[in-house]
Amino acid sequence: MKMKKFFLGLILVGFIVACSSSSSDDDPKGGNDNFDRDALLINVADNIIIPAFEDLQVKLSALDATKSTFVDDKSQTNLDALSDAWLEAYKSWQYVEMFNIGKAEERGGKEFGFVSFFNIHPLTVDDVQNGAKNGNYDLDSGNFHDAQGFPALDFLIHGLADSDANAIDKFTSNTSNAGYADYLTDVIAQMMTLNNSYLSDWKGNYRSTFIGGTGNTATSSLNKIVNDFIFYYEKLLRAKKIGTPAGNFSNMPLPETVEAFYKKDVSKDLALIGLNAAQDFFNGKAYKGSSNGESFKTYLEFLDRADLVTLINTRFNDARQKIKVLDSNFVTQINTDNTKMTEAYDALQLAVVSLKIDMVQAFDVNLDFTDNDGD
Amino acid sequence: MATFFYTMIFNLKTYLSKTTHAAPLAVFRMCFGIIMCFSIMRFWYHGWIETFYIQPKFHFSYYGFEWVKSLENYTYLLFLICGLASLFVALGFKYRMAIITFFLSFTYIELMDKTTYLNHYYFISLLSFLMIFLPANATFSLDNILKKKSYEYIPKWTTDSVKLLLGIVYFYAGLAKLNSDWLFRAQPLKIWLPSKYDLPLIGDTLMQQNWFHFAMSWSGALYDLSIPFLLSYKRTRVFAFILVVVFHVFTRVLFPIGMFPFIMIVSALIFFDANFHQKIIKILKRIFNSKTSFQSIEMCKTHFKKPVLIIIGLFFCIQLFVPFRYALYPNELFWTEEGYRFSWRVMLMEKMGIATFKIVNAKTGNFFYVDNKDFLTPLQEKQMSSQPDFILEYAHYLGDHFKSQGHKNIQVFVESYVALNGRLSQPFIDKNVDLYAEKESFKPKHWILPFKDDIKGL
Repeated sequence: MKMKKFFLGLILVGFIVACSSSSSDDDPKGGNDNFDRDALLINVADNIIIPAFEDLQVKLSALDATKSTFVDDKSQTNLDALSDAWLEAYKSWQYVEMFNIGKAEERGGKEFGFVSFFNIHPLTVDDVQNGAKNGNYDLDSGNFHDAQGFPALDFLIHGLADSDANAIDKFTSNTSNAGYADYLTDVIAQMMTLNNSYLSDWKGNYRSTFIGGTGNTATSSLNKIVNDFIFYYEKLLRAKKIGTPAGNFSNMPLPETVEAFYKKDVSKDLALIGLNAAQDFFNGKAYKGSSNGESFKTYLEFLDRADLVTLINTRFNDARQKIKVLDSNFVTQINTDNTKMTEAYDALQLAVVSLKIDMVQAFDVNLDFTDNDGD
Repeated sequence: MATFFYTMIFNLKTYLSKTTHAAPLAVFRMCFGIIMCFSIMRFWYHGWIETFYIQPKFHFSYYGFEWVKSLENYTYLLFLICGLASLFVALGFKYRMAIITFFLSFTYIELMDKTTYLNHYYFISLLSFLMIFLPANATFSLDNILKKKSYEYIPKWTTDSVKLLLGIVYFYAGLAKLNSDWLFRAQPLKIWLPSKYDLPLIGDTLMQQNWFHFAMSWSGALYDLSIPFLLSYKRTRVFAFILVVVFHVFTRVLFPIGMFPFIMIVSALIFFDANFHQKIIKILKRIFNSKTSFQSIEMCKTHFKKPVLIIIGLFFCIQLFVPFRYALYPNELFWTEEGYRFSWRVMLMEKMGIATFKIVNAKTGNFFYVDNKDFLTPLQEKQMSSQPDFILEYAHYLGDHFKSQGHKNIQVFVESYVALNGRLSQPFIDKNVDLYAEKESFKPKHWILPFKDDIKGL
């Protein structure tokens, strides 16, 4: 009698195992009953991330070249050329800012990761000015995250130092003009060195590590890239570019925290490019050209969530419309009619909900590191 | 009518005077103590005492138990006491004191922060409370050696009460699964199973199949509803136990549910008859070379029989009713969660939320949003954003915090969205209600927005 029950139990266990082993024998490798995560990671690495870093490297080199020209001949023309190169590099940077992964992640930089060495604003101007005066600065230290990168260049190229009347004065008539030139050189050198290290890592070992990390653990590539993407959209695009300046996280608006504060008229352009970068990544659009590969969009469609894809893209587009009506200088917009800024923020926020809740739930990305029983 | 009641009482009296062998309960006591001791050590080892009870600036409290505060660094002492108590329970050393200490210390740990509520922690609290009144040290315990006597038989209701508690847990868990999302949409398994794609063999194949999601949902419900009965009847017992092992090992592989599977597997042993347990005791005695012999009394005397029976009777009445209290509240249970906890609703839904709090100065209209990371741990934020009672408590904490910082005329609003079982996220809390002015109570919370869908069932 007991043996019968025992065998029945065995059969049940055997059933489960049998089902699974026969299925895997029949299906080709990669099977079409599971989403091709490999393809997603490959598309993301080869068509989006690496080309973006490469482009940034090209733009930073061009920036470096115009810097050398300017340092040799400190004319307004050369400063303008430097400014143009800075803007080109800044636009290219928008596509790279979300990839705090690989070598970029190892470098530290607290909450913002590698962004700390490229784009922390508002700038602490005193650090730059003192650095130029006495040569005491360490761009690697945590104290100087807010005194380097694109915001520092912004100030050096377009801002007024001490009691100067023109931006170029800090390099010519200012007593610390040599210091400013050094600071300028060092900031650009830091950016180039760092970006080169990220790019060579990607082109070297990291690409295969990244593509191989297809598991569903907190440290796998897919989970990391989902987290990085959401962090970028929520904290860097929505908050840093628009929410913080509009005063959503403080008692009053903080116009001095806008991106490209000293250049004045490109904050809207950069915000729109940032949004494009996010939407393109979501849709798997290649950095160069217009082809779309495996992406969050196709993954969601595989999981029968085309409704969510449509909603997310609609929300991105709505946010774009709300940003387009803003003044090209956010400082002006904040001071004349801040409600338009908060409306753009609210529009961006809707997509945060879809990404952070609906998309993450659909992917069931593993973020936990403790017991739970679904409450 | 009168005869009916007299017959009932007579049957009850007859039942209460039945006896059974003391071995199953003793083995149960030993296993329970060992697993609990191991649980405590595991929790300590993972550094979770620090992460969950010491690091957070703020702890969510249970309604009515706000006085249970974190002990900061003394929490380690509490865990030490709890671990030692469980060890003594396993050994049957000063059993009554040990089990009471274990119950109090373990329950205190759980009451410190609602964030870490797990159904199986609640189960352990209940079980250890029940065990205070059971003669689990009647045999095979150090107390026997100390008192120089052991007992061979104990009242049958003592062993049966453990079986009843286990049965309630399983059966109610099964009842909870009788809802349209679980049975007809295969939710939430439809989300959880495909994400286990890195399991060998079945990850890429079986886990992705639609029919498999439904099969698992239905068999899960069937298992929960039938297993207490299959375990109770001798003819199906071995088969049932195999099912228990398979079910709990499978779920352990799939989900990060810690010690729960092992607790349930070992607890199921109590259904086996005395011979089985006597064999276990014999083997263990041989291993420990125990040659002690002492006066063996046949029947264990129960002190305070009437009050004990009344307490246990009340205990089970409460346990039978509590999971149904949700019916007293309006709106969808899965959405409002009013009456969700303490009901054996285990691994029942996938719910994710986002809650952005807005602090407004009522007079000037100035506002700012709060970054939850400044106040809550990731786990706390996750639990908070989908449970209204957490949201309310957190809103008050924020209000008090900013008041102490000098802000005036504080109002606290929340913009919150929740996605339930794969539906698109919907607004959760009315963003026009000042939560700082709302109070916690047992009344329904009118500021939870209605659920824009229908889930039928229990």
